[in-house]
Amino acid sequence: MATDVHRHLTGGIPETASGIDSPPKAVRVWDLVKKFGDREVISHLDLDIAPGEFVVLLGASGCGKSTLLRILADLDREITGFVEVATRRSVSFQSPRLMPWKNVWRNVVLGLPGRPDRARAEAALAEVGMSHRVDVWPKVLSGGEAQRASLARALVREPDLLLLDEPFSALDALTRLTAQALVGDLWALHQCAVLLVTHDVEESVKLADRVLVMKDGVIAHEARVDLPRPRAVTDPRFVALRAELLGHLGVGVG
Amino acid sequence: MPIDAQAVHRSVPTTLIAAYPSAAHRRRLPRLPRSVIKTISPLALLAIWFVASSAGWLSAHTLAGPQLVLRRAGELIASGELQTAILASAQRVGIGLFCGLTAALVAALVAGLFRVGEDIIDAPIQMLRTVPVVGLIPLLIIWFGIGDQPKLILIALGVFFPLYLNLFAGIRGTDTALIEAGRTLGLSRWGIVRHVVLPAAVPNGLVGLRYSIGVSWLILVFAETINATTGIGYLINSAREFFQTDTIVLCLVLYGLLGLLADVVVRILERVLLAWRPTFTGT
Repeated sequence: MATDVHRHLTGGIPETASGIDSPPKAVRVWDLVKKFGDREVISHLDLDIAPGEFVVLLGASGCGKSTLLRILADLDREITGFVEVATRRSVSFQSPRLMPWKNVWRNVVLGLPGRPDRARAEAALAEVGMSHRVDVWPKVLSGGEAQRASLARALVREPDLLLLDEPFSALDALTRLTAQALVGDLWALHQCAVLLVTHDVEESVKLADRVLVMKDGVIAHEARVDLPRPRAVTDPRFVALRAELLGHLGVGVG
Repeated sequence: MPIDAQAVHRSVPTTLIAAYPSAAHRRRLPRLPRSVIKTISPLALLAIWFVASSAGWLSAHTLAGPQLVLRRAGELIASGELQTAILASAQRVGIGLFCGLTAALVAALVAGLFRVGEDIIDAPIQMLRTVPVVGLIPLLIIWFGIGDQPKLILIALGVFFPLYLNLFAGIRGTDTALIEAGRTLGLSRWGIVRHVVLPAAVPNGLVGLRYSIGVSWLILVFAETINATTGIGYLINSAREFFQTDTIVLCLVLYGLLGLLADVVVRILERVLLAWRPTFTGT
């Protein structure tokens, strides 16, 4: 997959990062440091994400996981280190962040070049099951609907990298299950790399190829999830993995 | 001895309170719609005014009765004086509003969107806004004489501040989360201004517009006391010379009606521009 990359860096580029001899990546991060004042929120972090890979970043609140996502989304450039990210990337945030003065379909295609293309918006909304809400104002949507519109807005850009910042955390438990399944399906359909930031261990095991546990500004633990999809919560391997990850998060089980 | 369960239940004291349907308390009177009830007290005041003046308790030199005001309105309409006066006043307000609002719009955009603009424009405006505009009348007369020019400048100055202040606050109050979302969607700087910042500032801008329009009629009253030869203010001033309280009352009513008309225009504007706000119920 030809993935255009956008780089911003300070200091020298490591030889291995020149990209010629290594396989293509959707994200490549070396020695990333982010400080808020004197406090190091991210300290010398390395991260690679392969094209099409689903990576979940787990961590307690305040561990720096959302900061990392903001850096990858190019919303924060006051960093040191080396960061390369697919240029075609889109973001869906914890709150849907739809423009309240634009109806749903105009929100979906906002920022795309050319005149607003209604047919394209309708296709993207159909993918997330929102065909019946094309023309309404965002304020009348339910939480789950708004989040789905936000997903449609991210995916209509056909990204190589989809960044999801706790997109389900504000949803009720039932809506969350549906939304998680939807994201899994959309990922399988679009085959883009995904970085999902969450603090929900079950969600991470359900969706990820690879789960990263972030702690004190670095990736403290990495787990591959090789279970076949769709994954059953009751699968003993699922249960074991969940316990392992909870342990790494410092939450004892049993 | 076995305990009798029923006896235990009965021994717990329970006090009950009756909940009657509220309708049961109401006397069976025919209920008038609220809109009708609300008009009762204004109509009563009008009736008192009418009775007081026709019974001769209220002299026409103090306050002309409603019937005299209506008759005077008829005379002035027949002679065409009223139409000419309304037109002249409306024209002054129109030109003054146009100039003042345009200046406020430009200034608020420059100060709101650019930090340099804020440093250069906002500081002097914040200083000047504390000066009562009406206090400038003597200075404006010295500079521009007693023609239409000082009147228009006075109105323009008066309407400038409410729109500027509200629009500036609206632009600066834009939700940063939405600006970030706009950036991740690939909007350019101008795209963010057009699709995020300006729409976000519209509700505040309309509040400012409403204040501005209200102020414009207020200042018109002051402006037209500067030696006006046309307009509603001129009618009032010449009526004062002859103790024609009927004309004065008529002109006051006109000021009120014109202000109301301007308010209706802004409300219609709000309904169109703020349709996306479910909290906005219209009127």
